[in-house]
Amino acid sequence: MLDYILAALVLIGAVFTLVGSIGLLKLPDFFMRLHGPTKATTLGVGAILVASALYFSLATEQISTHEILVTLFLFITAPVSAHLMAKAALHLKIKQVERTQNKR
Amino acid sequence: MLMTVLPFAFALVSLALLLSFVRLVKGPDVPDRILALDTLYINAIALLILLGLYLGSSLYFEAALLIAVMGFVGTVALSKYLLRGDIME
Repeated sequence: MLDYILAALVLIGAVFTLVGSIGLLKLPDFFMRLHGPTKATTLGVGAILVASALYFSLATEQISTHEILVTLFLFITAPVSAHLMAKAALHLKIKQVERTQNKR
Repeated sequence: MLMTVLPFAFALVSLALLLSFVRLVKGPDVPDRILALDTLYINAIALLILLGLYLGSSLYFEAALLIAVMGFVGTVALSKYLLRGDIME
């Protein structure tokens, strides 16, 4: 049973990582593209890390905390780096498509 | 079940890595390239953790944590450079 849960978590994580990269490649302008990889950071890597935390906690019979550290770090730093990249893009006044919300 | 699913997960994450690399090469502006690098290192972390699961070794988490720290520092430094024309003033 647990094996199936682990497999599902790994697959969900991999699919969301792929979806984030497809969004990065396909969306029309930078401010929309910024939206894609957030799925890869939170859901994608998050699900894979939860799967590996469960797996190693059961395999070694002691609670595995490395993964929690990586998750925590990514969850704290992802908004900061997204904010800085958006600020840099606004500063450089890069092109926006007509559909971008709050267009300047 | 986990061992049969893992190769598919490897394929999906590797494809994601490839797609973000395409954006890194193609990206019309500099922030696009920084964003592609950011995505690239996040995908690399996912791939390393999958490898750790596959080989049953917890040694790969140290590498993943190191990539996370260094990638964040790199993204911040590059964005600061674009904003200010200088990293530390």
